[in-house]
Amino acid sequence: MNVVVCVKQIPDPADPGALDPETRTLKRDVKLILDESDSYGVEMGLQLVDAAGEGEVRLVSMAPNNEVSGLRTALAMGAESAVLVSDEALAGSDALSTAKVLAAAIARCEPDLVLAATESSDGYTGTVPVQVAELMDLPSVTFGKEITVEGGTATVKRQTEAGYDEVECPLPCVVSVTAGVVEPRYPSFKGIMAAKNKPVEELDLAGLGIDPTTVGWAGARQEITEIAEAPAREAGEVIVDEGDAHERILAFLDDLKVL
Amino acid sequence: MGISKIWVYGEATEAGATAGTLELLTKARSLADTVEVVMAGDAAAVAAELGAHGATTVHTVGDLAGSLPGTRVASAIAAAVAAGTGPDVLLATTSYDGRDVAGRLSAKVDRPVLTNVVDLVADGDRLLGSEPVFGGTTDVLTGFTDGGLAIFLVRPKSFAAEESGGGPAAVAELAAGDLGNTGTAVVKDRFVEESTGPKLDEAAVVVSGGRGLGEADKYEMIETLAKLVKGAPGASRAVVDAGWVPYSYQVGQTGKVVKPTVYLACGISGATQHLVGMKGSANIVAINKDEEAPIFGVADLGIVGDVHKVLPKLIEALQARG
Repeated sequence: MNVVVCVKQIPDPADPGALDPETRTLKRDVKLILDESDSYGVEMGLQLVDAAGEGEVRLVSMAPNNEVSGLRTALAMGAESAVLVSDEALAGSDALSTAKVLAAAIARCEPDLVLAATESSDGYTGTVPVQVAELMDLPSVTFGKEITVEGGTATVKRQTEAGYDEVECPLPCVVSVTAGVVEPRYPSFKGIMAAKNKPVEELDLAGLGIDPTTVGWAGARQEITEIAEAPAREAGEVIVDEGDAHERILAFLDDLKVL
Repeated sequence: MGISKIWVYGEATEAGATAGTLELLTKARSLADTVEVVMAGDAAAVAAELGAHGATTVHTVGDLAGSLPGTRVASAIAAAVAAGTGPDVLLATTSYDGRDVAGRLSAKVDRPVLTNVVDLVADGDRLLGSEPVFGGTTDVLTGFTDGGLAIFLVRPKSFAAEESGGGPAAVAELAAGDLGNTGTAVVKDRFVEESTGPKLDEAAVVVSGGRGLGEADKYEMIETLAKLVKGAPGASRAVVDAGWVPYSYQVGQTGKVVKPTVYLACGISGATQHLVGMKGSANIVAINKDEEAPIFGVADLGIVGDVHKVLPKLIEALQARG
């Protein structure tokens, strides 16, 4: 059972970042970390490989400047190796460009199952997993809460508005997983040490056989026409609870006639 | 000049068309000459409702027979585009299936998608989408630089649904073509998790819990309070990530956007990720221990206090009213 997990290395969400006024893209001058959303896919992949009793988890990532710090976190959790795609021509890549790169890199790994988060914490477009699936001519199940694999078929509990659907899908396929569905393991000291020597294959667009004019700025085919400050919301009254704050809340709700 | 044809990806439940679908139709008819719906399943059942909101035709790919809608609907739209009978713009709601449709379609026709759109603006013969970034502090307006199909994923609640007075939409079959390997995922069973109150994104009152609750068991207070005020329970991302409640509860940038009459944030600090999903609420009440918490910056009534003390009293007082 070979599982590829797509992981994104992102600026720390605690630091909201800013747009570069010149290039109108996200400034990326800070150290990147593993997107927490991806830790669930990594954990799920490791559990599925464990359950299968054979195989491994490989990571596929696209990042500027051959950034590996976030990948090392996932390798320390137990992934065996990583493929990292970096290329200057990828600057300005949108979700579709990203999917083209990931799909080409994943195809080299010939996985049985591809896992991804439902959406990244910084871009949150939420379209990359299905775009990857379409580009690889694979079926997909999005918003997975639970995955079991048996006899070449993945059974996925897919989140819905009302509850969940149980979806069966033949392997290989792409499954995106929602946060919180498994508890990502903390890397052990041994894992952290081992991760330093795990192989990270670094590729550029030429290595993947991708035409640079189909990705990045050139591939995005979109432009920002305006950047404006959003209207701010005014803060109201703030009181310190002296044991009767619930009465203030009740009065507030009564005034609005919502009770 | 102007946009000639918009298709809206239509979603429906047994109760009828989803609110998101009707919102998109309402906006679309102010932007284009022709507004039509593309959907899977029984189009006749919702043709009157969709027509009343501006759709003249509903294209259906037919019964899904258990397959997921994304691949089939995207394939049908791509075929129509290739045949020259497709739309100039495809609008889909940021829903579970809407994202599948937009993502699949994007890769099929090699067109990018503009996501998390909260407003649509006509710009000559193209459409621009407005997206909030940096926790909603900045609005970015984006458009495509070349012709061809423009795909937008629009957040629910971005527009108000209003009837146009139009008659029932005509129903037309739309062939999806051969899906090959991509259409092999099959729904075997559907499970409905019990929920008695209103839906999170439609409730007049939303009661949300965050990390300040301390532990999973304490989330019960949120459920209880939500029931008492006939509202819906919600959660911050931290609580969903911790596995206390499912993803469908999540309010925020990655999650749902809610605009209730009252939003009650309990033990939520107000990370930008969360604020983007709730600061459009008409009224906000926040309870948090930390007086420096950013949530107080958007709250109409802020309580600096312990949720473990305030909530039980609030629940008790509401129960006493009966």
